Amino acid sequence: MPNRSGGALVSETAPSPTTYRPLYDEDAPPAVPRGALGKPTPDQRFARIGSWVAGLGLAWLVTQRLLPLEGLPWFLIAWFVLGTAVTAVTAAMSGGLVEVKDQVAESVVTGAALVVVSAVVSTVVFVAMRGWRPLTNLNFVTSDMSGVGPKDSFDKGGILHAIVGSGIELGIALAITLPLGIGTAVFMTEVGGRLARVVRTVVEAMTALPSIVAGLFIYTVFIVALGQPRSGLAASLAIAVMMLPIIARAADVVLRVVPGGLREASLALGASRWRTVWHVVLPTARPGLATAVILGVARGVGETSPVLLTSGAAAFLVANPTDGAMNSLPLFIYTTVRSGEPTAITRAFAAATVLLVLVLALFVTARLLARQRTGPSRFRKGRS
Amino acid sequence: MSTTTITPAPEPASGSAVRPRKLSRRATGADAVFAHGARAVGASVLVITGGVGVFLAWQAHPTLQRYGWSFFTESEWQPDQDVIGIAAVLVGTISVALVAMVFAFPTSVLMALYISEYAPARIKSSLVSLIDLMAAVPSIVYGLWGFFLVMPHAAELALWLHKNLGWIPVFDVRGSDPDAAVWDTTRYVASAFCAGIAVAMMVMPMACAVMRQVFSQTPPGEKEAALALGATRWGMITAVVLPFGRGGIIGGTMLGLGRALGETIAVVLIISPAFEIKPNILEVGTSTVSALIAGRFGEASPAQLSALLAAGFVLFLITLVINTGAAVIVNRSRSGAGVD
Repeated sequence: MPNRSGGALVSETAPSPTTYRPLYDEDAPPAVPRGALGKPTPDQRFARIGSWVAGLGLAWLVTQRLLPLEGLPWFLIAWFVLGTAVTAVTAAMSGGLVEVKDQVAESVVTGAALVVVSAVVSTVVFVAMRGWRPLTNLNFVTSDMSGVGPKDSFDKGGILHAIVGSGIELGIALAITLPLGIGTAVFMTEVGGRLARVVRTVVEAMTALPSIVAGLFIYTVFIVALGQPRSGLAASLAIAVMMLPIIARAADVVLRVVPGGLREASLALGASRWRTVWHVVLPTARPGLATAVILGVARGVGETSPVLLTSGAAAFLVANPTDGAMNSLPLFIYTTVRSGEPTAITRAFAAATVLLVLVLALFVTARLLARQRTGPSRFRKGRS
Repeated sequence: MSTTTITPAPEPASGSAVRPRKLSRRATGADAVFAHGARAVGASVLVITGGVGVFLAWQAHPTLQRYGWSFFTESEWQPDQDVIGIAAVLVGTISVALVAMVFAFPTSVLMALYISEYAPARIKSSLVSLIDLMAAVPSIVYGLWGFFLVMPHAAELALWLHKNLGWIPVFDVRGSDPDAAVWDTTRYVASAFCAGIAVAMMVMPMACAVMRQVFSQTPPGEKEAALALGATRWGMITAVVLPFGRGGIIGGTMLGLGRALGETIAVVLIISPAFEIKPNILEVGTSTVSALIAGRFGEASPAQLSALLAAGFVLFLITLVINTGAAVIVNRSRSGAGVD
């Protein structure tokens, strides 16, 4: 606690050996704000905004009055080009070539970033805009397409079979890849040896396998050579073949960044290697592993080409993965769009919206799990 | 990391000389089970993933033996007449991928620069998330976007390119007069150009993520030194960030290229198949290896399936070489120093 009674720093009587902290002075004028070093001055900000406004005006003049360039795209292009030009001119008024280059580069980089962001936003908004109508009927997610023609209205039929099919196929694929992928990563990082290097090389090489080739592999082996029918199980196997190297590699990267000091501390305390892996390495890496797995699942749920070759598209709900054709979300979208019927295409867009929401939910979950590392820990409870 | 399990040596008999006790590095008990179990899992994954590659090579062998070099030089794919070759689809694959990279390369470099150097601190992490999310969006969604939203505009852009740059063979569209009063839309859609735009949306986030990561590892001391010497922000970028991140730029681009070559469903949705070697990227009709597989696997006899597997194997080898090269470049560059 600061000594609040000491008002004066210098006492009038004998100098005391006590030192006093300076106190906050209520009546003092407010501190002078520091000039921000990185921020532009008002002049610069005015020049920048003014240049873009001038560019807007020039763009209107050029596209609407002078040249036959109709439409919004040309207007935006003209605005960007002319705004950059005016920015360059204003920069040349106060500086040399170096400043001009700096300003032009800044507007080009910012413009490219805006293009990318608007492309992403346009994708999401476009799909949702084309597909919202079927989604307003509850039956779109509670019934399947059995007995529903491509021209039927939206209060009939739905994509329950595709959602269930995607869930079952992903579940089986995950049941195969999760233990194998994380087990391989543990082997590569914790056991090591010559075999681990070979495994790492092969796994990294197989991440280059195009997904359609993974599908063709399962189609050739499982369906043509073994004579099995097209089924959800075959699709799961194809997705698993595609996902296994991805998850193993991502988990390997996560496990490699677990600090070696933690392992050594555990071993020094007498834990066995197995205990070290189970109680130290894997819990430390848990958020990262969850992120790796969920991003792998997000990749797997959206891949169309492996299921296109292996599962066959059923219009009705199939709950048994070994029982013939089974639909899934991406396959439903693909086959429905291919039919060419406008109603069916709207249905496909609605299914694509559902798929996007699903991927977004998985993505947000992965982000939240990855962020949890700084959350409250039970080891901190006793302290302060 | 070397781990040891210490097995206490038996008590030395009293009276004998003191000797250092023996240390065993062999795993015992549960550890041995763990080590062998992990090794078994690793070996099984090796067998599964390696098996796919070996199986493809083994299946491709009869086709390659039967058709020899003509498999790579023949452009028609007519199994009924025993004429099979992947020249046209290979050229189509490469042209789609190149168009995608023409769009994806500048945008990914500039986007990565924006995120690492220009973006305000408040929106930086959201932009990083946005790029990661963009990579997670399913390719069928980009296919829908490319087919229904972009293709009409891409056709207009193609017409403009044909009109103004038509004397370059790449931008020529045969069978269409660019100056006609009513332009023939059908000649400009469903081309490698349109497919490339959709594929660019898929490979851009991958390339951008790699580049951003490398740019963000630029030593801050060197950046501050450039700024302290009076460089503008762009001067600092050209003098420090870009030379430092060169490996990341090349590696990220190659990773994106590897993904672009194998992309299937967006391409299948957009292109109309044509088996012809042509440089005219704006003209309707092209085909890629993956589109060929997706279109022909259904009616294929075992021999044709082997031919399709051979085409898939060639595609796999190309992407493998590109991805390995990318990994080597990213790791060898200075950017990778000190990073696990």
